[in-house]
Amino acid sequence: MYPKKFDYFLPGSLNEAIKLLHEREDSKVLAGGQSLLALMKLRLAAPAALVDITQVKDELSYIKKEKTHLAVGALTPHDHLEHNKVVGSLFPILVDAASKIGDQQIRNRGTVGGSCCHADPAADLPTAFLALDPKFVVRGTRGQRSIPSSDFFVDTFSTAVKKDEILTEIRIPYLPKRSGSAYIKHSRREGDFAIVGVGVALTVGPKNVCKDIRISLGAVAPTPIRAKSAEKHLKGKKLNEETIVASAEEANLEADPPSDMHGSREYRLEMIKVFTKRAVKLALSRV
Amino acid sequence: MLKSDLAKVTCKVNGKEYSGLVEPRTLLVHFIRDELNLTGTHIGCDTGHCGACTIYMNGKTVKSCMVLAVQANGAELMTVEGLAEGDKLHPLQEAFWENHGLQCGYCTPGMLMSSLFLLERNPNPSEGEIRRAIEGNLCRCTGYVNIVKSVKAAAKKMNENSRTQKRTSK
Repeated sequence: MYPKKFDYFLPGSLNEAIKLLHEREDSKVLAGGQSLLALMKLRLAAPAALVDITQVKDELSYIKKEKTHLAVGALTPHDHLEHNKVVGSLFPILVDAASKIGDQQIRNRGTVGGSCCHADPAADLPTAFLALDPKFVVRGTRGQRSIPSSDFFVDTFSTAVKKDEILTEIRIPYLPKRSGSAYIKHSRREGDFAIVGVGVALTVGPKNVCKDIRISLGAVAPTPIRAKSAEKHLKGKKLNEETIVASAEEANLEADPPSDMHGSREYRLEMIKVFTKRAVKLALSRV
Repeated sequence: MLKSDLAKVTCKVNGKEYSGLVEPRTLLVHFIRDELNLTGTHIGCDTGHCGACTIYMNGKTVKSCMVLAVQANGAELMTVEGLAEGDKLHPLQEAFWENHGLQCGYCTPGMLMSSLFLLERNPNPSEGEIRRAIEGNLCRCTGYVNIVKSVKAAAKKMNENSRTQKRTSK
């Protein structure tokens, strides 16, 4: 199964890559290629030109502790995110998500930035990131800009990254003390996309009173979304079985899930409640 | 930079240098099989699901149907043909043989690569860890039981070999 013909470019620098994206009609960035090449082979995508950014890998594959945030380079492979000790201690939610992507071969080659820019609503990392409210740093012909996570995912397979821009870094603000995070995924088989994915990042005060919480849902809308009603329900309340179950009942209020071969709309709406409850409990256990 | 016409790819495969001309849309697996005539690497699905085309690329396992041949320019690859040394099978291959880790053998090249990647990182994997390591490799005959058994046996063999090597080098 061959992709449709395309012109192939292998720029040596990020600026050269941006210039090519700007100049070439219907061009697309090729990072790890674990989603794009599959789509191209199935002829669901047929870009006229590919700009392969693997040459700038050294520039964009890193995990660095900065003053206010953890900086993750866009070309960091999922496998690095999964096994990085700093990520594991600060943001176990990202280890949960990275370790559940596809399989080992895909995690070796697929990149964090690629998964976010591909923006499959059922993908694991976008949902997990949304719970951490990071900034997405992109570079383009007009310079660099930073996109808040609430604006980044626009629609299915569509983000706020413009055609001549490249995602370079994801900046994840550190969580305050007494925080916990988790991502859990409901799928029929290992390696499948999520039927429902839930990410949670929460901070508690004395007596487990919820000071802050973000709950994100994947595979239940055209983009990953926040379950704001459930978040509101829990804020300021003591986190226990009763409050967690009650809030999970409201977790599907913002969702608009599709019906497909993996699960009906009604099934997904129910599963959001079940998996939100579990994810909040898991995040709380990690405080 | 190159247009949609032919591009030269030079890479090292199993320690030997190869080069060939490819269209940019040529998948690495087709280059390996059709240009280099290394047909040990199999094509099972073409959609990145089955893992039969798994090879090593710069020290990591990848599905060679999910990589363009042009992207392998300058890379070091290892295919299943690179496992044995002459007539001497790799301990993993021996273990698959001895434990009936294959029936039709179609998935085996990929299974061997994924298992090797696991054992390099984790010389004493649990059953769960083995199953997780091969989740990107589908087998439609044996049902994985004997494959898992083979990987366990290979781990034992490889650990014993490295112990003997250490002893003899002392």
